[in-house]
Amino acid sequence: MPKSTPNIKQFVTDFGWPRIIIFFFLALLFAAAPFVGVRMDASISDVFNRFGQNGLFVLALVPMIQSGCGLNFGLSIGIIAGLIGSTLSVQLGLIGFGGFFGAVALALPFAVLFGWVYGKLLNKVKGEEMTIAMYVGFAGVMFMCIMWLVLPYTSPTMVWGYAGKGLRTTITVEGFYRQVLNEFLAIRIGPNFVFPTGMLLFDGLCAYLLWLFMRTKTGTAMTAVGSNPDYARASGISVDRMRTTSVIISTVLGAVGIVVFQQSYGFIQLYTAPLAMPFAAVAAILIGGASVNKASMVNVLVGAFLFQGLLTMTPSVINSALHTDISEVVRLIVSNGIIIYALTRKTKVAK
Amino acid sequence: MSGKKSLGRFLTENAVVILFLLITIAAIPSSGLSIQYILQEMITRLGRNTFLVLALILPIYAGMGLNFGMTLGAMSGQLGLILAINFNVGGVEGLAFAALLGTPVSVLMGYICGSVLNKAKGREMVTGYMLAFFINGIYQLVILYMMGAIFPIRSPAILLSRGYGIRNTLNLEGVRQSLDNLLMLRLGGYALPLATFIVIAVLCAFVIWFKKTKLGQDMRAVGHDMTVAESAGVPVDRTRIIAIIISTVLACYGQIIFLQNMGNMATYNAHDQTSFFAVAAILVGGASVKKASIPNVFIGVILLHVLFVVTPRAGQNLFGSAMIGEYFRQFIGYGVIALSLVLYAWRARKDALRAREGLRRASIAAAPEGAAK
Repeated sequence: MPKSTPNIKQFVTDFGWPRIIIFFFLALLFAAAPFVGVRMDASISDVFNRFGQNGLFVLALVPMIQSGCGLNFGLSIGIIAGLIGSTLSVQLGLIGFGGFFGAVALALPFAVLFGWVYGKLLNKVKGEEMTIAMYVGFAGVMFMCIMWLVLPYTSPTMVWGYAGKGLRTTITVEGFYRQVLNEFLAIRIGPNFVFPTGMLLFDGLCAYLLWLFMRTKTGTAMTAVGSNPDYARASGISVDRMRTTSVIISTVLGAVGIVVFQQSYGFIQLYTAPLAMPFAAVAAILIGGASVNKASMVNVLVGAFLFQGLLTMTPSVINSALHTDISEVVRLIVSNGIIIYALTRKTKVAK
Repeated sequence: MSGKKSLGRFLTENAVVILFLLITIAAIPSSGLSIQYILQEMITRLGRNTFLVLALILPIYAGMGLNFGMTLGAMSGQLGLILAINFNVGGVEGLAFAALLGTPVSVLMGYICGSVLNKAKGREMVTGYMLAFFINGIYQLVILYMMGAIFPIRSPAILLSRGYGIRNTLNLEGVRQSLDNLLMLRLGGYALPLATFIVIAVLCAFVIWFKKTKLGQDMRAVGHDMTVAESAGVPVDRTRIIAIIISTVLACYGQIIFLQNMGNMATYNAHDQTSFFAVAAILVGGASVKKASIPNVFIGVILLHVLFVVTPRAGQNLFGSAMIGEYFRQFIGYGVIALSLVLYAWRARKDALRAREGLRRASIAAAPEGAAK
């Protein structure tokens, strides 16, 4: 087949060397795992679990990339809305699925409101969205740190025991909605392998809804705004409104994402915990092949899987092989390296 | 009419400074700290931080925005200090030794940073920020895993007990405040580290002189409009790299000055907030992404640090929790950066719109004339 060579070349340039290296690195880790005494079934189960936990954060980046707002470094705004929802749900004593969906429902109005304000702000600063998003996110997290201390929560599971006020740094959701999605229709094979069916179904549902939305009239208009704002305006689309809509959707997905994360992880993490979360999501979608102005569902799926696979496998394999804790440093270099790679690539002109 | 307009303009242009001044003045009485204590703190903190903040000026001048990549220079300085302790060089000689070793590293780092930023024109700030994270990974790899394992370390006292990797906290006893104490002036109860201020003054003079050189003028041209500069024969990419290299080297020296004053070094975290504090300071002082001057630096360092000194105590006194003050000052820091970036981007868009409108009006006015001919 004479045509195959240019195809591979094209594929390599499209996909980029860093991603291919990461892919082979992960494959190597999986291949090496049995030889250094890492249990494969436990590792794979772990990868699925973490994929499910973080998938929605990665998905949340898609609408803003498509509408031309760039990478949402201010995803923490959505996460904060989710945290308000989940703490309110625990405060009200909602249990089981009621607790989970209660948290989501209580988070939604905050997410929509925050997203709307945040979107309006980003419309005022076109071209500088990413840096500003990052600092708006940081400032929001810090503001909420003060709020967690002064808001009048009273539930004994959440406030500090001795002071009787101020929320704890980590709050367990055991007895509220811990693992409700994970355990739903979960498939167990042997003692070490659990497939979190319910959580992946929920993630899949969100992804499907977003996919459907991107194909509606509004969704197409949003993509048009991202790929060519002048053309979009000429054909009668309100650029600012589309951008705001995309920011609201991103913020809502971030809010739902953190509640999904909590039910699987088992804890609500408050205070400075959301600071670093957007960076992991951004690294994941970029590893999946997205660029600063183009992202698809495939990028989300591949990226979340590769990145979470990397996070799971590097510590277990490298630490057992070399007997050091070097994996954290490897993670820092890989995830930030890929972000820089994506930021420095020339923006491709639409073909 | 015009007086009202210029007042409005003054207010919007200095919104950040004015807002900050008001918060600070409001926070001072509730902290219960004496003016004398605050003044002494200011003198110390001016000496400690000004050099680092001055490192930001040239990249702004060259139109590259706030150089979040200055952290790379800070890491180079820390590497120099680690080696100075390793070879047991103390006093001002130790600082000079650290600076000497840090210089080639920071030049290399600046070159890398400048080249990367040249590939990311239009989003330098976010790229610089992520680059600092990336190099932080490399820094940890070198210091935590290679030192003692691959690179020999002479002084076992600075190694972790496992035999390789540098300890989490380093005691900088040998060089502690050696620059500050070189010429300590005591004036009516205040201690004035004269030598540090002389170093800062020399740097200010350098910045002023540099702006007047050919290279400095090139930088200004690049900062004004890259395409115009390119067609006028200014090597744009090279000029931008030089601006970043100088900034990185200055950040390296700045971090050494900062740490000699602190006296201790958190090996893996000392650089985490370097760019955050420096950027917040210069913005509080009234600088923007495109415009910064030496007075901005001094005003900024003083205003930001007065607030930093008083908020924990004010938080304690007002809310009964020092944590609230701590979170508040971080909120203010991040908030100030966000606010001034927003104000700048917003104003830039408005100016562009006004310019376009003006152009349109001019072309409409010109059109009938053309038709009459």
